Amino acid sequence: MARKLLLENAHIEGIHTYDVYRKNGGYRSVEKALKSMSPEDVVEEVKKSGLRGRGGAGFPTGMKWGFIAKPEGVPRHLLCNADESEPGTFKDRYLMEKIPHLLIEGMIVSSFALGANHSYIYIRGEYMYVLRILETAIAEAYANGWLGKNIMGSGFNLDLSVSPGAGAYICGEETALIESLEGKRGNPRMKPPFPAVRGLWQRPTVVNNVETIAAVVPIVNEGGDAYAQIGIGRSTGTKLISAGGNINKPGVYEIEMNITVEEFIYSDTYCGGIKNGKKLKACVPGGSSVPILPHYLVSKTAAGQDRLMTYESLSDGGFATGSMLGSGGFIVYDEDQCIVRNTWNFTRFYHHESCGQCSPCREGTGWMEKVLHRLENGHGKIEDIDLLWDIQRKIEGNTICPLGDAAAWPVASAIRHFREEFAWHVKEPKACLERNYGLVADRTFETVTA
Amino acid sequence: METAENQIAFKKETMKEVGRITAQFPEGMQKSALLRVLHLAQAEFGWLSVPVMDYVARLLHLNPVEVYEVATFYSMYDTKPMGKVKLEVCRTGPCMIEGAERIVKYIEYKLGIKDSETTADGVFTLKTVECLGACGYAPMLQAGEKFHEHLTEAKVDELIEQYKANPVVNYMGM
Repeated sequence: MARKLLLENAHIEGIHTYDVYRKNGGYRSVEKALKSMSPEDVVEEVKKSGLRGRGGAGFPTGMKWGFIAKPEGVPRHLLCNADESEPGTFKDRYLMEKIPHLLIEGMIVSSFALGANHSYIYIRGEYMYVLRILETAIAEAYANGWLGKNIMGSGFNLDLSVSPGAGAYICGEETALIESLEGKRGNPRMKPPFPAVRGLWQRPTVVNNVETIAAVVPIVNEGGDAYAQIGIGRSTGTKLISAGGNINKPGVYEIEMNITVEEFIYSDTYCGGIKNGKKLKACVPGGSSVPILPHYLVSKTAAGQDRLMTYESLSDGGFATGSMLGSGGFIVYDEDQCIVRNTWNFTRFYHHESCGQCSPCREGTGWMEKVLHRLENGHGKIEDIDLLWDIQRKIEGNTICPLGDAAAWPVASAIRHFREEFAWHVKEPKACLERNYGLVADRTFETVTA
Repeated sequence: METAENQIAFKKETMKEVGRITAQFPEGMQKSALLRVLHLAQAEFGWLSVPVMDYVARLLHLNPVEVYEVATFYSMYDTKPMGKVKLEVCRTGPCMIEGAERIVKYIEYKLGIKDSETTADGVFTLKTVECLGACGYAPMLQAGEKFHEHLTEAKVDELIEQYKANPVVNYMGM
């Protein structure tokens, strides 16, 4: 039986209310941290846990916390990134909606660890109804003495506020989020200085994803070592996966990071297999930005190993034959889906969401969208495939923030694995409007030893 | 005659909410309240006209351009008049796989409008939008703050009837 650390109580009736949450062991981590631990102890437990950022980048959380500057007399801030906008990802919404006090509890303990006295949850504007759920829960937490002045007589003060965005994917990038929370356009900042030194209002700031902050609660309760026992290698603990696409049971699943991708897709505990008895064609395991995997690289790595739902295994083979765990936005495609259409759809998204600061991203995403649109609609030329490859290569790594990379990777991986399907759209301009290409042939890989 | 500019003012209870929101930020950082106050303004005045944006600027002690540049950056703000009920259909990735295009075409057919247009009676505006974080419950649309998920043609029929009878939607206001 898989252990759940975040969603264990999510199905309890009324768990979104303070009383029910508290009765089920809520706010224990705050009691423990404020009564018996120093802020440094909390940071140490998070370091020991091996927790990595759950928003997509997978950076070790304890190390990120360790970078925060502590100049005398300057306030520090913890910001929660609840701007969940990566196509395929809806786990944070689920967590905040079902069990909002878990995030608030995590915010209190994490703010204590960082020495922050006013923390903010930045939530995407479209989740306004979730913002209201959070504000209700925050009011309950104030009323019960978990927020405000001198919490539990510890001398620690904390105010917590929620602030909405207004429809911009880019604000999930941490420096764009900070700009937005300052009431500006969401244009990412040049780094350095990093937010840990100069972030919100030029003060030392840490930005963490909703799930990351929630995971601090079981880490403090059970200890970092216990958390690190779950999972494999550097993929410790549990991960929320948002499962969507052509599967029987879409939804949010909490997995221990030790199961295989095969089990995740086909077991009835999780996705329950491909809908309508169809065959698997491809899978995007970590949100729209990560490379797409063709069916023959989903369950096995190129080296023939079982592919696991871990940071390392999903990226095994690099971008040549692997992908990334990313935000855990797991999208499954059946044999009837068109890769060119899907790539065009994603590229339109990145074009729409580019903030426009950097020319390679602002112009390149638009060019790619146009070229993909004509390929998809039977007006493409065979040179267009290499043209797309050329454009994405010139975007990647040449922009202030990772949105450029995120726009380049889906295009690069689609061409890498599905070039024949792109070429078919050129060779069969009429047929491609009427039917889809179907499955690509299996490929075998020679084992490469480094 | 009074100019339109002078007539624009938040209701009393909205002003109270503005006060609560600006108090969440340190002294001198009230600009941080801008995004939320613009949501309130759009909810109360329907859309963000230049006089409305100028009013928000005066309220938060900002230059008008600081408000304009924000209002035009974020996709949720409307700088043109909209119908009373905005149907915002997600068109990205998993929603596309699950038939978002079919839903959009059906709404276009039902209402006799295209994407980004408003019905002649001013009730409905149709908008296609990017991922709303409901990928497991696709296809979906948002009307005001409400998510309508697992859409079918029959569900769309129901929704349209419901909003025709009562075109009231809570738009990110109070």
